[in-house]
Amino acid sequence: MGPLVPDIISNEFNFIIAIIVGMGFGFALEQAGFGSTRKLVGLFYGYDFTVLKVFFTAGVTAMVGITALNHLELLDVDIIFINPTFLWAAIIGGVIMGGGFIIGGFCPGTSVVAAASGKIDGWAFVFGAGLGIFAFVEGYPLIKDLMVAENLGDLLVFEMMGISREAFALIMVFVATGAFIGVTIIENKVNNRATRWLKSDITKYSIGIGIAVVIVLTTMITPTRAELMNQRIDEKLASGECHPQLMEEDKLAYELMHQYYQFNVIDVRSAEEYKKFHIPTAINIPLEELHKAENISLIVQNIKTNVFYGASFEQAQRACLVSKYHGKADNYALNSTADEFNSNFFMLSDVQPDNKLDNETYIFRKEAAQKLKEIGEAVANLNKPVIKKAKRVQGGCS
Amino acid sequence: MKEAPKKYMNPYLAGFFLGFVLLTTIYVTGRGLGASGAIKSFVVQTVETVAPQHAATTDYYITQKQNNPDGPLKSWLVFEVIGVIIGAFLSAVVSNRVTVKIEKGPGVKNGVRIAAAIFGGALFGFGSQLARGCTSGAALSGMAVMSFGGIITMMAIFGMAYAMAWFFRKLWINKVN
Repeated sequence: MGPLVPDIISNEFNFIIAIIVGMGFGFALEQAGFGSTRKLVGLFYGYDFTVLKVFFTAGVTAMVGITALNHLELLDVDIIFINPTFLWAAIIGGVIMGGGFIIGGFCPGTSVVAAASGKIDGWAFVFGAGLGIFAFVEGYPLIKDLMVAENLGDLLVFEMMGISREAFALIMVFVATGAFIGVTIIENKVNNRATRWLKSDITKYSIGIGIAVVIVLTTMITPTRAELMNQRIDEKLASGECHPQLMEEDKLAYELMHQYYQFNVIDVRSAEEYKKFHIPTAINIPLEELHKAENISLIVQNIKTNVFYGASFEQAQRACLVSKYHGKADNYALNSTADEFNSNFFMLSDVQPDNKLDNETYIFRKEAAQKLKEIGEAVANLNKPVIKKAKRVQGGCS
Repeated sequence: MKEAPKKYMNPYLAGFFLGFVLLTTIYVTGRGLGASGAIKSFVVQTVETVAPQHAATTDYYITQKQNNPDGPLKSWLVFEVIGVIIGAFLSAVVSNRVTVKIEKGPGVKNGVRIAAAIFGGALFGFGSQLARGCTSGAALSGMAVMSFGGIITMMAIFGMAYAMAWFFRKLWINKVN
């Protein structure tokens, strides 16, 4: 489903969305007090930790939300923008920004907020940021090498740590909670206030933290829709109650020769295997991707009969069950594997081997191979499967 | 005559609201929030207007033009920052916080504060381009999507600011009230 741009919301309308979310962003920052430079730098002198509280709460909220949406398969985390990691640029850039923060008292976003609420120092910071960016742009040829050094790609922190997305989210909830308690104590010490834990506050915040923990734990415990589907299919396979309809290879060849347009032949092997050989007219959807929404729309339709085949009969059978699970009744699993089909039709020797096949079958298969090749070539051009590959979203600040 | 400014929102509530905005942004558009990129768009536009000759012959501007054929200002972040200005202004209005003033540490001269803001801004602007994002685009949005680079940048920003805090204390806490 998500992200909604560009399939559901157009790229043009996305600019309107930008204004709307920008308003929310600006409103939240101003309400938090980020338009005030003294409130911002309070973090570094211990008298006001608002920045840390707001920043951490926001980050963890979004993190938990993304984890939940991903689990519900409402958001495809494989295509959202992940800030790429160029290690040296990330560290050195961050260090320079840190210096800018303590000297200038803002970051770019907060300086815009300050400027919008009338702070002259906010305007000065925005102007300065413009100068700094100008210097960067003009000096780019000198910095270029540093910019692209140590490219680690779209590296995710939990992959780096070797844990799951959910586990990392859970850890961050607890880290944030600990940090909130810690900074509250420091803040009160610096301001010479006694730290008092009001019962009502504890209840209030515990509920908030509890909700986050419950959401993350739920995503850890409950299966995703794909897992649930596979589980059901496994159960059916194990109990043996469900056998897909089978199609013999000669029958398929015959049908394709005479009415290929009535059949939706689906190769569920990997793209590489498909490229090496596939039955003419077949489209390729790897088994692991079959349950995805964009593929389901290709197999659940009322016009054609599905015929699945794979590297093994089990693959074809499973694909049939996936299709059935999603509501398509008319499915067949090919009784032979892709390789068998290849050798039985397309790799026949020129002379009839003595005892392997009867003469009739041999002649039929020879003919079929020829005819299927022709049909395959003819339809390949007008009937290319629509390759719908979601591209990763471009984002970031640069 | 003028009402006193209202209190700031509870930081956790504001943070939750901010996180919700960020989550919505990622769900709808597939990308996070940002700020410095919009300032860059203005810089590029300014150079293209003031010195078209220079922009036409320098690689960086040529690449920018290729990536943004409709002009640098027609970019997502520019629209988003227009929204930020509107949203921040509205928020300041409803909370009686719109005042034209220079905010600074106690005993700091206006000239010093403005010079420091410009210099700090320049450092931040430069660094944000190097790290491919600022506190919003790299640190906050990067943390939300669990990007390793974003989290590294976040730690570098705050780590450096803490390390330098003592040296610049006169800008902020020189005379304790």
